[in-house]
Amino acid sequence: MYDVIIIGGGVCGAAIAMYLSKYDVKCCLLEKDNDIAIGTTRANSGIVHAGYDPEPDTLMARLNVRGCELIEEIASKMNVPYRKTGSMVIAFNANDEAHIRELYERGIANGVRGMELLDKEELLKREPNLSPDVTGALYAPSAAVVNPWRLCLAMAETAAKNGVEICLDSEVTAIEKINGTFRITAGGRELDTKYIINAAGLYSDRIAELVGAKDFTISPSKGQYYLLDKTSDWLVNSVIFQCPTEKGKGVLVSPTAEGNIIVGPNAESGNERDDVSTTREGLDFVAAEAAKTTKLIDYRENIRSFAGLRANSDKKDFIIGESALCRHFINVAGIKSPGLSSAPAIGEYVIEILEDCGMLLSEKSSWDFAEPHVCFAELSNEEKAEICKRNPKYGNVICRCNLITEGEILDAFNSHIKPRTLDAIKRRTGSGMGRCQGGFCGSKIHELICSYYGIPAEKVLWDKNGSYIVAGKVGADND
Amino acid sequence: MTKRDIVIIGAGPAGLAAAVAAYNAGVKDILLLERDREAGGILNQCIHNGFGLHRFGEELSGPEYAGKYIDMLKDTSVTLQTGTTVLDISNKIVSAVSEANGFEQIEAKAIILAMGCRERNRGPIQVPGDRGRGVFTAGAAQRYLNIEGYLVGKRIVILGSGDIGLIMARRMTLEGAQVLAVSEIMPYTNGLSRNVAQCLDDFGIPLYLSHTVTNVIGKNALEGVVLSQVDENMKPIPGTEKHFDCDTLLLSVGLVPENELTRTAGIELDPRTKGATVGEDMQTSAEGVFACGNVLHVHDLVDYVSAESERAGKNAAKYVLDARSEDESKPLPITSGANVSYTVPQRINTANVEKAVDVFFRVRKKIRSGEIAVESNGERIATFKREYLAPGEMEKITLPKVLLDKAEGSITVAVNENEEVAP
Repeated sequence: MYDVIIIGGGVCGAAIAMYLSKYDVKCCLLEKDNDIAIGTTRANSGIVHAGYDPEPDTLMARLNVRGCELIEEIASKMNVPYRKTGSMVIAFNANDEAHIRELYERGIANGVRGMELLDKEELLKREPNLSPDVTGALYAPSAAVVNPWRLCLAMAETAAKNGVEICLDSEVTAIEKINGTFRITAGGRELDTKYIINAAGLYSDRIAELVGAKDFTISPSKGQYYLLDKTSDWLVNSVIFQCPTEKGKGVLVSPTAEGNIIVGPNAESGNERDDVSTTREGLDFVAAEAAKTTKLIDYRENIRSFAGLRANSDKKDFIIGESALCRHFINVAGIKSPGLSSAPAIGEYVIEILEDCGMLLSEKSSWDFAEPHVCFAELSNEEKAEICKRNPKYGNVICRCNLITEGEILDAFNSHIKPRTLDAIKRRTGSGMGRCQGGFCGSKIHELICSYYGIPAEKVLWDKNGSYIVAGKVGADND
Repeated sequence: MTKRDIVIIGAGPAGLAAAVAAYNAGVKDILLLERDREAGGILNQCIHNGFGLHRFGEELSGPEYAGKYIDMLKDTSVTLQTGTTVLDISNKIVSAVSEANGFEQIEAKAIILAMGCRERNRGPIQVPGDRGRGVFTAGAAQRYLNIEGYLVGKRIVILGSGDIGLIMARRMTLEGAQVLAVSEIMPYTNGLSRNVAQCLDDFGIPLYLSHTVTNVIGKNALEGVVLSQVDENMKPIPGTEKHFDCDTLLLSVGLVPENELTRTAGIELDPRTKGATVGEDMQTSAEGVFACGNVLHVHDLVDYVSAESERAGKNAAKYVLDARSEDESKPLPITSGANVSYTVPQRINTANVEKAVDVFFRVRKKIRSGEIAVESNGERIATFKREYLAPGEMEKITLPKVLLDKAEGSITVAVNENEEVAP
């Protein structure tokens, strides 16, 4: 019997698992796919919002501002790519200016520190490549950019290190209520638990339905992006938003934590829950909107277009708390923007909720973050020399674009949540995420996976189950 | 820190030829750095023949061609260090890392950049659709097939008619895969015409000109692609969609010189070639740093890479041995005139020219019959007649010293069209 089972290995599930791992509880995290951070967490803007957007006195407002502080701490402890770039909401006319003054007031009410209203001259001094049509901006220095899947992995690895079981390929297909506890069927196994945390993202309403507690609906909203090469890094210094509208925060132009430039997203409703395809129309819309912010984007520098899905719900605020329809079933659902920014704060908050539900939590005597991953490219020459002496595998560069070494890939294999696919290694190390998009390193990493797991090349996956990289050996029967 | 006369970055065809030439020109202390496990570069996976007709007068496979140069380096004092990645070049200090030596810094009197190029992939050409398994660059699929021994798929569509794509169409067919279509957005192919004949026509593989991929379908793994015809502005024409059930899309949409080291070293790059700007001696804007091969501009034939790289090697040796002309006169820039997209070299110091300079260039469009006009200061200094010029085929003209001595200010290379190709 588990004390708590978390359903969903996205950034919220991982954060909850990490905070729960500080206590003496028997806890397990179930993820339907073959890796964590593979849904909404892996395809979004990667922005840590300062917290001026949400209406005051909402969960969003409180958790965003707190989450923003926590992410900075976690990123520095775990070597998660993170840069406190600050953000600008730019205005083009008097209406926009009224809007950003309103955001400023809201930010004050939400406890956001250090905001400034900039006039055109000051804005263009700080961001010289913006359109000359700008008239001013709201600047928030606490906004940042983070690598979202690395943040999720860092928290999940920390949870795993401190005793949380992470079960992959464990799609929840049934939940039975038995004498005030639950029996979950997941990935062909049955697991009993006292509490369930529903952090199933795009599928959270379906999980709620399994216990007869579906009092909300998730409607995915797709956003498409361009990711530009690091050679475009001169374009902007901070996250550049246009004024938000009913549909969302609009198309942004921003540095990423790794130093690329991200442009997007649009907002499309009515999608399937697994449709992350890009479209010509969607990408063209993004480019047209971004052109209002700056005319200097060179899309020939695009290294990848992608799309992600926001887990929007029919409620205005996040849905976090024990279900009114099912005792000891706690929803963490409808985590739309600023969900990533809020995630660690959501983890903290769920602990309070469990205590309010009557769960007795006693803190462990010892707890620590998982070991941070080495990032060879960021080391000084002296440190590079030193680490190669310690382990010569750090001298073997596998991904030339992002300078990822065999040592870092072996570290990933030896981490608390083992990568099994090419994409899982990419998420952990950054390999194949550069300008050649794995053209050179793909087959080398493929080989490393074969040798680590002792499996034939035909069994290695690109990403999700069924996505075998190669079709077969040459000379084998081709029928 | 170790010291070397010449450090060459990359032991593909360019680096190998540069090493041979520099050695033969009298420099004995040469270090050749290669990140792969062995020398030869991309030639190692090019097991088809067709290499070496110009250089060696015989048809060789890629590995055989590379082997010729590797053999020339046998019994020389050139050190080949494989498994070594160069991290940075600054002020003639090369920082590198390898499993064998760890992190090391080498001070060089001269450096030759021979890092080659990479394939353009899905990002810059923005093919929309799903992103499941099954979209590979042609070269990556070629590596899987010819080095690792695996077919990436059984039902193939190829986007782009670059040479690697054409070669792979034949190669995968021979290994039992079915190549359903080769799609080219331009109204003409980008590869060598001999490859269109030998790799597509001979195998009955359909070529769709003025077509591009407008959708990629398959959430986890590729299930199909949609090809659409494009109009004269290369915009897809609605209603022309054709669906192909396939498990693999190969991209053969161009090569990009790999100049990250060059850029961070602060060396001037030519936005047209995406390589360094060089003089007739293959020297970049940084003194003592030379460049050659596909890192400089993308070549069609390895034979030309070798010839260019031998020039770079010889001139790097001259530089190290201090045997260069003392003439400090300003080099003449070469500009691209009508129908010419770029030239290499981008400048000529006539004082350094012994007999003649080869100038390489590409035309912007297909020209059936043209006149290559070389002008300086408004005066025609040379004229060359050529038939069948195409962007896919690099052109070469040789400018003798006697003509160059007439040039003043700058030199312009243009192609005047005699008669346009019927569409």
